[in-house]
Amino acid sequence: MAEFVIFFIMAAIALGAAIGMVIARNPVHSALLLVTVLIAIAVMFLLQDAQLLAAVQIIVYAGAIVVLFLFVIMLLGVDRSESLEDPVRSQRPAAIVLGIIGVAEVLFLAGRHWSTGATGAGLHAGSGGNVQNVARAIFTDYLWPFEVLTILLVVAVVGGVVLARRSGLPAEQEYDLERDDDVTTPSDLDPEDSPTEATTP
Amino acid sequence: MILASVHLTESYYLTFAAVLFTIGAVGLLVRRNVLVMFMCVELMLNAVNLTFVTFAKTLGDIRGQAIVFFVLVVAAAEVAVGLAIIVAIFRRRRGGATADDTNLLRG
Repeated sequence: MAEFVIFFIMAAIALGAAIGMVIARNPVHSALLLVTVLIAIAVMFLLQDAQLLAAVQIIVYAGAIVVLFLFVIMLLGVDRSESLEDPVRSQRPAAIVLGIIGVAEVLFLAGRHWSTGATGAGLHAGSGGNVQNVARAIFTDYLWPFEVLTILLVVAVVGGVVLARRSGLPAEQEYDLERDDDVTTPSDLDPEDSPTEATTP
Repeated sequence: MILASVHLTESYYLTFAAVLFTIGAVGLLVRRNVLVMFMCVELMLNAVNLTFVTFAKTLGDIRGQAIVFFVLVVAAAEVAVGLAIIVAIFRRRRGGATADDTNLLRG
């Protein structure tokens, strides 16, 4: 009963925030509404005995990913409103029709049985709580995927740093460029009128 | 009371997750702002995570929750690289770039 009420409150909040996220003109509003959806989903994780995932959801998504989004939005200064004219004609109605078809399909399937009913070892099979059970699954059954994911994270971090650097130049040349006043792109650098050469005695 | 007799089955969660996924997919198709499109991708990933957790509860299998953990990691990596690409694109094209302006692999 209480579970039911909490679920419906959270579902209403999440659906409203999700729709608001899609139709908000300002990307900052979209990011904040995304946080709302994520917290509502974290509450649903709690309702389904996934305490560790609820905490991780808050920490990783709301704490890290959305903050990263907000950093990029404010760094780029794109927090002005988006123009609403449609460059590709009839894409918007087509997308909405596709969405309606998708929802109708889901509602049609909702009356059926979702799963085969085969049961696994049980959520509470181990001796410990949720954290211990998840950790046991990750570090025994899924140890190899876990190690691969660590490599993926390293690659993503290195790739992010490489991509977000100011230019394709090596670090020392880039530092020289940034010390000059307004030279930001390599195409601006002619060897003749380069400010570094002009100012060297 | 009617509410007291209603049980919260997994169909509620699964239907909700599917509707959330559909909202994300429609948003991805409708919006032009690359940042908002990225947020819609995150929304779809979260809907799938909710489905995983629901099946973990329904089938009594903890591995459903372990997979959500992996999805979170992949989502974080995807956001890091994707936002770096967006920053690089916006550096090259000042004054804003939508998804329609960037149709070449080179900036």
